[in-house]
Amino acid sequence: MAEFSLPKNSKITKGKYIKAQGATNVRKLKVYRWDPDTGDNPRTDTYEIDMDSCGPMVLDALIKVKNEIDTTLTFRRSCREGICGSCAMNIDGTNTLACTKSMRDCKDTVSIYPLPHMDVIKDLVPDMSHFYAQYASVQPWIQTDSVPLPDTERLQSIEDREKLDGLYECILCACCQTSCPSYWWNGDRYLGPAVLLQSYRFLADSRDEYTGERLEDLEDPFKVFRCHTIMNCTNTCPKGLNPGKAIGEIKKLIAERHAL
Amino acid sequence: MQYRSEIKRVKGLGTAKHGFSHWWMQRLTAVLMIPLGLWFFYSLMTMETVSADAVIVWLQHPVQALLMALWTITVVYHATLGLQVIIEDYVHGKAMALTLLTLIKFAMFAMIVATFFSLFKLAS
Repeated sequence: MAEFSLPKNSKITKGKYIKAQGATNVRKLKVYRWDPDTGDNPRTDTYEIDMDSCGPMVLDALIKVKNEIDTTLTFRRSCREGICGSCAMNIDGTNTLACTKSMRDCKDTVSIYPLPHMDVIKDLVPDMSHFYAQYASVQPWIQTDSVPLPDTERLQSIEDREKLDGLYECILCACCQTSCPSYWWNGDRYLGPAVLLQSYRFLADSRDEYTGERLEDLEDPFKVFRCHTIMNCTNTCPKGLNPGKAIGEIKKLIAERHAL
Repeated sequence: MQYRSEIKRVKGLGTAKHGFSHWWMQRLTAVLMIPLGLWFFYSLMTMETVSADAVIVWLQHPVQALLMALWTITVVYHATLGLQVIIEDYVHGKAMALTLLTLIKFAMFAMIVATFFSLFKLAS
C-alpha cells in the first residue's frame, strides 16, 4: 500500500540554532540538512540572518549563510535571475526558485526544504536523473521527414509561432513536477507536468512532423492519464506557465486521434 | 545495485497504447449521471410515502424500470472506473493491486446482474 509516514531514517530532527551577532534587522532561515556521509537522520538548522547586510532574495540569504555562517550548507544555484532553474526548492511550503522569491514575501521564519519526494543527494540538492531521463524519453527536439533545400529555413507563420508562447519559456526547474501528488505516488511511470509540457511544446510546433508518433507513444494509462487535474503544477510554476493546460491539450489531441 | 541506465528504467515496458477510453468513459458516465441522478432523486422526493410497496409499484412501470437499470449500470460502471484509478494510484504491491482490481470488476458484474434480476422479479 501507499506509505503515508516517513521511514525511520528519514524522520527530521531538530538541528542547530545559530544566532546573528549584533544584528538589529533579523530574519530566520530554517533549512533542511542531510549529510550522506554521517548516517545521521536529516535535521533542520535555523540561522539568524542580518538583513541589513543581505540581498533581498531567499537565494541571497542562503549564499550569505554559506559564505559567512556555515560553509557546509549545500545547494544548487547559478544564474540568480530565474532562467537556469538550478535553485528550485521548497520555500514556505511551495516549490519555487530561491533567486526570484523575495524574503519580504516569506514568513518571518523561512522554511526551506529540497524539492518534495525526490531522492536527496545532500541538503537542498535532489537527484534529478530520473526527471532528466523522462525528459529525454519524449524526444524534445524537432523531428521531420521532409528535407528542405540546404540554403532554406523551416518557416513558421506568426500565428503558429504564437502557439509556442507559454511553452518554450519552461526552464525545467521541476517545481511543477515535484508538486504533483500523482508524480509523488507514480513518478516511476507517470511523465509528470514538466515533461508533458515539454512534450506538448513539440506537439504544438507546426514544423514538427512526428505528432502522430509522439501521441502514440504518450497514450498510456500511466504516462499521461495519471494526471487527475489537481493543478498544483500551474499554481506553483515560478515562471507563470500552465502545465495543467498543456496536459489537457495532449488529452484533446489523443481524443482527436480516436475520431472524436 | 542494479546496473541499469535511467532511460532504461523510464522506457520500461513501453507504452500501453490505450488509456484514453477509460478516461473518456469515466467522463461520459459522469455526464450521464447528472440527468439520471436528477430523475432518481426527484422520483423519490415526489413519492407520497417512501415505502417498499410504493417503490415496487414505481419500478413496475417499464419506463421507470428501464431508467433504474440505466442509472444503476452507470453508477456501478463509473464507480468501478474510479476505484480502478484509486487502486492504480495508491496500491503498489503487484499481488494486492491485481486482487483488488479483479474484485472490483467481479463486484461490478455481480451488481449489474443483481439489478436486472431484481427488476425482472418486480415486473413479473
